[in-house]
Amino acid sequence: MKLDPVIRDQVLATVPSLRAFAISLCGNVDRADDLVQETLLRALAHIDSFEPGTNMPAWLFTILRNLFRSEYRKRRREVEDVDGRYADTLKSHPEQTGRVEFEEFRTALSRLPSDQREALILVGASGFSYEDAAAICGCAVGTIKSRVNRARTRLADLLSIDSVDDFGPDRATRAVLAGGGRN
Amino acid sequence: MKSRKTLNEAPTAETDQPEALNAMERVTAPRRAEVRLGREVQHRIGQQLRAMYDDFVRQGVPTHIEELVHRLTEHDGEEPADPVKTQDDGAA
Repeated sequence: MKLDPVIRDQVLATVPSLRAFAISLCGNVDRADDLVQETLLRALAHIDSFEPGTNMPAWLFTILRNLFRSEYRKRRREVEDVDGRYADTLKSHPEQTGRVEFEEFRTALSRLPSDQREALILVGASGFSYEDAAAICGCAVGTIKSRVNRARTRLADLLSIDSVDDFGPDRATRAVLAGGGRN
Repeated sequence: MKSRKTLNEAPTAETDQPEALNAMERVTAPRRAEVRLGREVQHRIGQQLRAMYDDFVRQGVPTHIEELVHRLTEHDGEEPADPVKTQDDGAA
């Protein structure tokens, strides 16, 4: 079909963030790119159901999120250790100290329940309002707020952050020690 | 706990209370601190999350995805080969 270039450009403009959402959700760039591709195929096939002037990012994020959810359910039946594999894909280049903290954060993020992870990413990184995030996830605004709060608390717990002091110069060193001890 | 003085607690909240209430306060304080994360901690988590996310965003649009969008939007009367039957999966 011939698409209004304005709409096409809106779609393309959303792709970087949509893809960042996908990578953050599934922790694997190849899988994320497949998800984005599948999302765009479906979105463009149903572009008539998008009302011009409404929120294009929210619309695309909703499609991707639902695809991820149904795929996640399928994979869960096939492979039990989905989270373990997720974590493995994140342990790629821990050479630099700044990198260690980064990897540590991504691993902690991967350990969150997926409903908390998606809520935190949508509100805390993608920049959606609580209302938009609730619409994307098909739940109540209060549910999103509580998921975001629980996600933050759990992350602080996983990263052993008790106070701002924990982010001092020793932080990277301790991350190296902790990582070396565990792995 | 190190973060205690950074939480926005009224400075007189504990000193004005009788001993019994003070004891209760000590018992409940750790749980409250867990539930209500310090602003610095929340801020720091937010920063790390955005740093990670923005790293991905900066990668832009992969060539094959850009080509796909152009291919799908510039051909007349062609639906994508992929059927869309399960689109509502998980939405309800």
